[in-house]
Amino acid sequence: MRVELSVNGRTVAVDVEPRRTLLDCLREDVGLDGTHAGCEHGVCGACTILLDGEPVRSCLMLAVQGDGHAITTIEGLSPGPGELSVLQDAFCETHGLQCGYCTPGMILAGQALLARTLSPSRAEIVEAISGNICRCTGYGQIVEAIALAAQRLRAANRKAGGA
Amino acid sequence: MAQPASFKYVSRKRRVREDRRFVSGQATFVSDVTPAGTLHAAVVTSPYACARIAAIDASEALAMPGVHLVVGGQDLAAATDPLLVGVDAPLVIRYPLAVDRARYAGEWVAAVVADSRALAEDAREKIRIDYEPLPFLLDGEAAYKADSTPVHPDHGSNVLLDKRFVWGDVDEAFAAAPHKGAYRVKWGRSATVPIETFGVVASWDPWREMLDVWASIQMPKFADQIARALRMPLNGVRVHQDVDVGGSYGVKRGIKHAVLAGYLSRRLSRPVKLIEDRLENMCGGDMHGPERVFDVELAFDGAGLVHAMRMRALDNVGAYAGRSPLQLGKPVGSIVGPYRIGAVAYHAIAVTTNKTPQEAVRGFGQSPTNYAIETGIDRVAEALALDRLEVRRRNFIRAEEFPYLIPSGTTYDSGDYHTVVAKTLDRLGWEALVAERDRLRTTGQLAGIGVASCLEPSGGNSSFEPLLNTKNTTTTWMESCRIMVDALGAITLTIHTTSSGQGHETLAATVAGEVLQIDPDRIRVVRATSLESLPSNSPVGSRMAIMLGGAVHHAAGQVRDKLIAIAAHRLGAPASALRYRDGGVEHPASGRAMEWIDLATIAHRHFHLLPPGMAPGLAFDHILQVPTGLELPTPDGRVQMYPCFSFEFHVVLVAIDPEIGKPQIRRYVIGHDCGTVINPDIVRGMTLGGIAHGIGAALLEEFAYDGEGQLVAQSFMDYLLPSAHEVPEVEIVHHVTPSPNTVLGQKGSGESGYLGAPAALSSAINDAVRPLGIRFEVLPMRISAIGDAIAEAVRRQETSKGASR
Repeated sequence: MRVELSVNGRTVAVDVEPRRTLLDCLREDVGLDGTHAGCEHGVCGACTILLDGEPVRSCLMLAVQGDGHAITTIEGLSPGPGELSVLQDAFCETHGLQCGYCTPGMILAGQALLARTLSPSRAEIVEAISGNICRCTGYGQIVEAIALAAQRLRAANRKAGGA
Repeated sequence: MAQPASFKYVSRKRRVREDRRFVSGQATFVSDVTPAGTLHAAVVTSPYACARIAAIDASEALAMPGVHLVVGGQDLAAATDPLLVGVDAPLVIRYPLAVDRARYAGEWVAAVVADSRALAEDAREKIRIDYEPLPFLLDGEAAYKADSTPVHPDHGSNVLLDKRFVWGDVDEAFAAAPHKGAYRVKWGRSATVPIETFGVVASWDPWREMLDVWASIQMPKFADQIARALRMPLNGVRVHQDVDVGGSYGVKRGIKHAVLAGYLSRRLSRPVKLIEDRLENMCGGDMHGPERVFDVELAFDGAGLVHAMRMRALDNVGAYAGRSPLQLGKPVGSIVGPYRIGAVAYHAIAVTTNKTPQEAVRGFGQSPTNYAIETGIDRVAEALALDRLEVRRRNFIRAEEFPYLIPSGTTYDSGDYHTVVAKTLDRLGWEALVAERDRLRTTGQLAGIGVASCLEPSGGNSSFEPLLNTKNTTTTWMESCRIMVDALGAITLTIHTTSSGQGHETLAATVAGEVLQIDPDRIRVVRATSLESLPSNSPVGSRMAIMLGGAVHHAAGQVRDKLIAIAAHRLGAPASALRYRDGGVEHPASGRAMEWIDLATIAHRHFHLLPPGMAPGLAFDHILQVPTGLELPTPDGRVQMYPCFSFEFHVVLVAIDPEIGKPQIRRYVIGHDCGTVINPDIVRGMTLGGIAHGIGAALLEEFAYDGEGQLVAQSFMDYLLPSAHEVPEVEIVHHVTPSPNTVLGQKGSGESGYLGAPAALSSAINDAVRPLGIRFEVLPMRISAIGDAIAEAVRRQETSKGASR
């Protein structure tokens, strides 16, 4: 089936079997392999993408269901080659990762939270990433990364507002 | 040894250089590697715990368009050699695919290769396998009985390992002791379960006669084992070590995966990719961890001093051996924990059953043993009505007693356990914590405080191999670094292993930067393929800070020494009169100096300016042997295990709603001493992650089987990994007792947290339920088990109250 996907602001036409998951389609047909397969049954969150701004499991969606929606993958967050977004940079600052496998999904879950609020409580951060399993970090430095990014974004907004 | 305060880059907050590629989705995991022409494999697994494989009919599958090959165990066994067995059990034969008999549910029986993974999965549905189910065995104690049916009939029994050690006058100590206590605890079958499954791409080039391998692995001598099994010269296997590994913590050994993919690629002369799905991983990934029963007796006096211990540990390692029985050996190197227990008898038993085989799990058997020891220390305190902390303090080895020789022959390098405990208690406010527990108890909740103190042996020699298998005489366990300074003065380090999140590139650059006094951010770190590699044993046994850090330190030191020698020649002064600073060499007496770039230029371009006899260039290799464990074990089983011993002290407050049984962690503090820390963020992350993993092992995770031998925890719906909701905020109290055995005083931290968290949680929950007169002696302590036991105890109390009225 021919499907038109809007991925990271770019329209991509792909021809896929109806049974192909959105995860496999993004990785193999669109060529964006920053999204990862973890459990392939919707528990671990490694395959998280943003669909119209909301975090969803790309392993539980078919590619054909993505037609007409705005999809954001981890590759869509970097402002430019070699440049990090505020949240990505915060993950580097707190070392909110180790092996990096869950990290793209974790960052997109955090991104969705920061799109809703720039003053998240610890409990809100924990809730936002509670559908994403990290086996390396024990989550502490991930929570710190999201809190740090929120703080920096608030400061940047104040500055922009004051200027 | 340099003092920590004098470090320029070591121990300082520095970003982890690897992180950029991961946060941007630009890392290269094995599933991202797809050479042109790649075919995809899937495996067919046994539905039975034990069955004879009567026939495999692949005709229908092979008739499907896009299906290239189907192989069974007999095909594979005819062309390859069996996988290595870690203990002396040569007839426990294992191939990547079952040969004639499947020995556990989920075992790989056949493999199919097709144009795509989806097609391979379609094709495997069409493969008809005739099985004749056979009787099976699941229980470890039953397997140890002489009349049990062997999982491997040719081996003749289910016993893979049955060794008794006696270190010191154990019987005498027991006879003399005024108090004795015996208990049994069980460690449930869990594992590290990385979020990335195993995967491998193997690509045979018949024209160059080279097998290229990309794999998600953390495996010493990985290429050796592939070459042996495939009957190839080792220089015909090239393992690409720049593949990012999505978590391992021990289990990513991947030998059977790589041998199978290599064989398939050689059959087809095409690249073959085999990426496990989660079901294949949980059932047949052969990565389960220890399933261990401990029977322990302690001999102690009225002051709570433990004089002797007898420990019997029986591990149910599943259907094949591999290296897993050796996980009973590593704990020998810290069999008394941080305590001055003078005599120990240890009986280590490993048996086969019809369960999934085990693999190395974080700590290599140490965390279960620590749980068994710590349970005993709590029991001693309980028996004597003494304070648990005071009993630990009385038994701890004192700071002035290091280096300290324990009965099993290992010398602990350094430690200051009393100070770490005091600092931790001071930080958390012990009295206030006790008051908070008691307050919780007045609110209708059960509440308990857990404590655990234990060691993390680090540095990773393999002395447990010759200890448990006298045919194995390996004493070499080295790690290496190559350093090159190029003609423009830039530094490149080559490391010789894969990494699975440990930050080795950052580690290497930081240490080289420290030695050369050059900003680590200017140092490049690359990874050699196995063919270009110096000897390495990969990041196992909490060894890389010690071993890679040590190799880098020595290699960089050789560069520094050569620069000084060149400068001495040019400046006409003895090397002893010169001072190396920030990459240049100064002669303080004359005020003259030479810059880094000038010296590098001389080394690369000006042979006529070099000291006579000096070779040109600025490149050095250093191969570092592990600092201790250089000898084979003594005949009576004494051995120097690892070189360094980190210490951790856990305190945890748990509240349990008696109606639900769910333990809620209210506070978690850990005192941690791993010597000199090279990167604080990395060590902190390891410790926090280890505690999270320990919470899983203590409360949630178990590869449970049903009565038919089927693994029932096959998915993440059933095998529960801790989420952000289950893992509390953890406070770390940091202390540094440098190791005398390492270049910077560093020790290991890769297993920290995990080694004591299960013991601490067990201690807390048992403290909580003690008023009910019950105990938990089996891990994991699941919510359902806690809830049921509390309900039963409450019922019993109410009944007896009613009866006494």
